[in-house]
Amino acid sequence: MRDLSKVYGQGASAVHALDGISLQVQAGELLCLVGASGCGKSTLLNLIADLDSPSAGTIDPRGRVALIFQEAALFPWLTVRSNITLALKLRGVPRKERAHEADQLLHTVHLDGFGDKRPHELSGGMRQRVAIARAFAQEADILLMDEPFGALDAMTRDLLHAELERLWADRNLSVVFVTHNVREAARLADRVVLLSSRPGRVVREFTVDIERPRRMDSPAVSSLAADITDELKTEVRRHAHV
Amino acid sequence: MPTSDTKHLDTQIGDRLAQELAGLDALELVERGRRPVARRVWSAAWPKLAALGIAVALWEAVVASGWRPAFVLPPPEEVLDAVREQADKGTLWTALRVTLRRAAVGFAMAMAMGVVLGAAVSQVKVLRAAVGSFITGLQTMPSIAWFPLAVLLFKRTEAAMYFVVVLGAAPSIANGLIAGVDTLPPLLLRAGRTMGARGITLLRHVVFPGALPSFIGGIKQGWAFAWRSLMAGELIVIIENSRSIGERLENSRQLSDSPTLIAYMLVILVIGILLDAFVFGAAERAIQRRWGLVGSPG
Repeated sequence: MRDLSKVYGQGASAVHALDGISLQVQAGELLCLVGASGCGKSTLLNLIADLDSPSAGTIDPRGRVALIFQEAALFPWLTVRSNITLALKLRGVPRKERAHEADQLLHTVHLDGFGDKRPHELSGGMRQRVAIARAFAQEADILLMDEPFGALDAMTRDLLHAELERLWADRNLSVVFVTHNVREAARLADRVVLLSSRPGRVVREFTVDIERPRRMDSPAVSSLAADITDELKTEVRRHAHV
Repeated sequence: MPTSDTKHLDTQIGDRLAQELAGLDALELVERGRRPVARRVWSAAWPKLAALGIAVALWEAVVASGWRPAFVLPPPEEVLDAVREQADKGTLWTALRVTLRRAAVGFAMAMAMGVVLGAAVSQVKVLRAAVGSFITGLQTMPSIAWFPLAVLLFKRTEAAMYFVVVLGAAPSIANGLIAGVDTLPPLLLRAGRTMGARGITLLRHVVFPGALPSFIGGIKQGWAFAWRSLMAGELIVIIENSRSIGERLENSRQLSDSPTLIAYMLVILVIGILLDAFVFGAAERAIQRRWGLVGSPG
């Protein structure tokens, strides 16, 4: 059951957000989607997460899907722990086990002792880690991340890259990570998929075999990022006279 | 595909990452110490006490100017004496009991109607198109304008008062709930849906809790309308020997007993202030603090 495959064939909507995208995400793969504005990245994630239905084509996720947004989207009326126990409850975990499991998940994201805080009392990076813990509470094995670290400062983002990498490796997750930031993609991904804009199509794929752990500022990551950026600029230029 | 070797970061790096995260967390969370209770109470109380002092001084000044004779506009001391006298005789407590019971019953009815109406309109598109703007219209209508009809429909009974109290308060309560549902961030709805909440579960765990701040605002406004409507009602719909606050006001006017009249007016004002400060206002502030909509006070 480890063989995860998804097929999208997409088209024929009035606005061609996505046009015939076929992608297969391997189990345990960290895939980054990179593209300029209007490449339909968020649309794609919504489709995978079943928040929207495709106008054509099929999606076949082999596993539970959780979505993580640029903002943590925690419920402000609940404590950090209750945010996680709610996800557990909706998954059908018996009441008695919820609190314990929530604390374990908080431990997983290095947030021991913060369970009784309110979301607004945490920093942006901490909130994102709670959101990740909440995704684990949904027993997701596919994590869809929509520019999750876009609003964070560089230092926090750097640490969260390492944290995500650790969790991904420990839990054998499949991650689809959408970003504008080409370096971030090169830092994290097993494979970077470059999407075109209006309509969204797969332009090119880069397999990344730089050894982990990586650093955002290492020469290998930088040079890959430069390659992807060149390709992205070519794609953007195509729209100059439209 | 990465090999299993590269997927297992060595523990040393893991420990360092944990430390770095903990360090950054500690730096970003600056605990704001709260000031001692006595200081907070004092800083909240003194401006109010000062304002009260100025108001009493102005009152004294107007009385001293001889603008109206003292038996029409008595000085503050006489009014305080009247309050004391009413309390000693027990009439004050009877009046409070009668009026506050009516307020509680009427407001409870308005809450029930408002919640049902608000929930229905916020969830059913057709209903919203049909009565959405009608509710707001009702809210702007002065409730006193309903009383002649209420008396025709229900005679001089408490039912007539409840009729007007509900019409005055329920639209505000319903509107608060509707606005709360409408202004819920779409992102939270998406988050709830990805967690598997649909239909009733989504309403119960996401939509209604999310609507709470606005709903509390509506309840607070609804209470203000209910209290005003009830006072108007007790003056217009006099039920013989009901001994309500409204009846005391009317009696005092007929007897030209200004001190007692003003004493009951003060009672009405104080009830409004206390309920706002310690019930509705307190609930509102508690919610805002929990949600992080305001900085912690003091």
